[in-house]
Amino acid sequence: MKSSRREFLAKATEYILLTGAAATAWEYVSTGKAEASPNYKTTEHWWAMIIDIEKCIGCGNCVRACSVENDVPEGYFRTWIERYYVPAWGAENPEVDSPDGGIHGFPEAKHEKPGKTFFVPKLCNHCADSPCTQVCPVGATFVSPDGVVLVDEKYCLGCRYCVQACPYGCRFISPKTNTAVKCTLCYHRITKGLTTACCEACPTAARVLGDLKNPKDPIHEYLRTHSVQVLKPHMATGAKVFYNGLDGSVR
Amino acid sequence: MSNRFKNAEHLIRVAAVFVAGLIIFIFVRGLIVPKSFGQYGHYRGAALTEIAARTPVYAGREACEACHSDVVDVKKAGKHAGVGCEACHGPLAKHAEDPASLIPKLPDVATLCGKCHEANSAKPAKFPQVVSKEHAGDVVCNTCHKPHNPGIGGDSK
Repeated sequence: MKSSRREFLAKATEYILLTGAAATAWEYVSTGKAEASPNYKTTEHWWAMIIDIEKCIGCGNCVRACSVENDVPEGYFRTWIERYYVPAWGAENPEVDSPDGGIHGFPEAKHEKPGKTFFVPKLCNHCADSPCTQVCPVGATFVSPDGVVLVDEKYCLGCRYCVQACPYGCRFISPKTNTAVKCTLCYHRITKGLTTACCEACPTAARVLGDLKNPKDPIHEYLRTHSVQVLKPHMATGAKVFYNGLDGSVR
Repeated sequence: MSNRFKNAEHLIRVAAVFVAGLIIFIFVRGLIVPKSFGQYGHYRGAALTEIAARTPVYAGREACEACHSDVVDVKKAGKHAGVGCEACHGPLAKHAEDPASLIPKLPDVATLCGKCHEANSAKPAKFPQVVSKEHAGDVVCNTCHKPHNPGIGGDSK
């Protein structure tokens, strides 16, 4: 049984790697379950949101509520409202404006050509196959077991990969912490049985939080009876913010 | 036979280096990698709890309705039945927690109503909206419309 140094090294490396894997597995088994809230089981929820364009009046309540609830730095937005103006025959070139994210509402805008105009509230789509979490080099952003895309502030390096990766422009680097910040779907509220701040403050119920894993949630009935669409479906992000009455011109 | 182990010392040295390296690796990894990393996936499981630990600022309408049931009854009859309390009154979780600690101020009707009801071509046509200057001049909205039941002649509660 002759063994060369090369073979020996190969074998030794293999053992070391195996031990590493075993250590990881053991860590997975040995850590106990730590639930976010006492009566909240992450495995029993899969959060989504419905946004009804036909109900949005662009009042900016959601943007203000989000700002206050999550202490969003001024000039940055975790949710915002866009106003679309689509001239007749111009679905390819809509005019979009969002003064201060719509936080103060929208002043009337006059357009010369006839066309349609409407509001589109936006926020993180909490994609099931989110491009932003896939690019994180350190595991600081992730899709939680209950379907919410979150950022671990303590682990985030502020490298900005995820900001570039999000096709919806939902992330920014906070000037306070220098880490990536985004909509948490008010994780601190939904785990306590409350709805999100934006849904709470929306006067017309244009936004409604839904739990896809709860068979009694009215979201199922809604999705069954309405023509809903997600943003950028061609990107196959598994977006979970469903828009009712979404115009084809919306990006 | 003795030839086979003649150079065993070389192997033992390498093995010793590997074992030492392994021990250092496991030790340092144990120090650096947080306990909850990998609990649910390639991230720190404890982050979930930390994010969820934030205190809500908006109490939620159930909390309001628990005490202010008289207003609920008035609202039920009118068009504002579906509007959450904090949509107009602002975030009041502190008040819900300890009513005496924060006495909510009445919203400023002159600016509040217009946020929703000032006419704007981008608003859905079905939504009730007025050009306030033409509609009422300088008369404030709640002279005629009581916010909890905005129809003319609605309950003034």
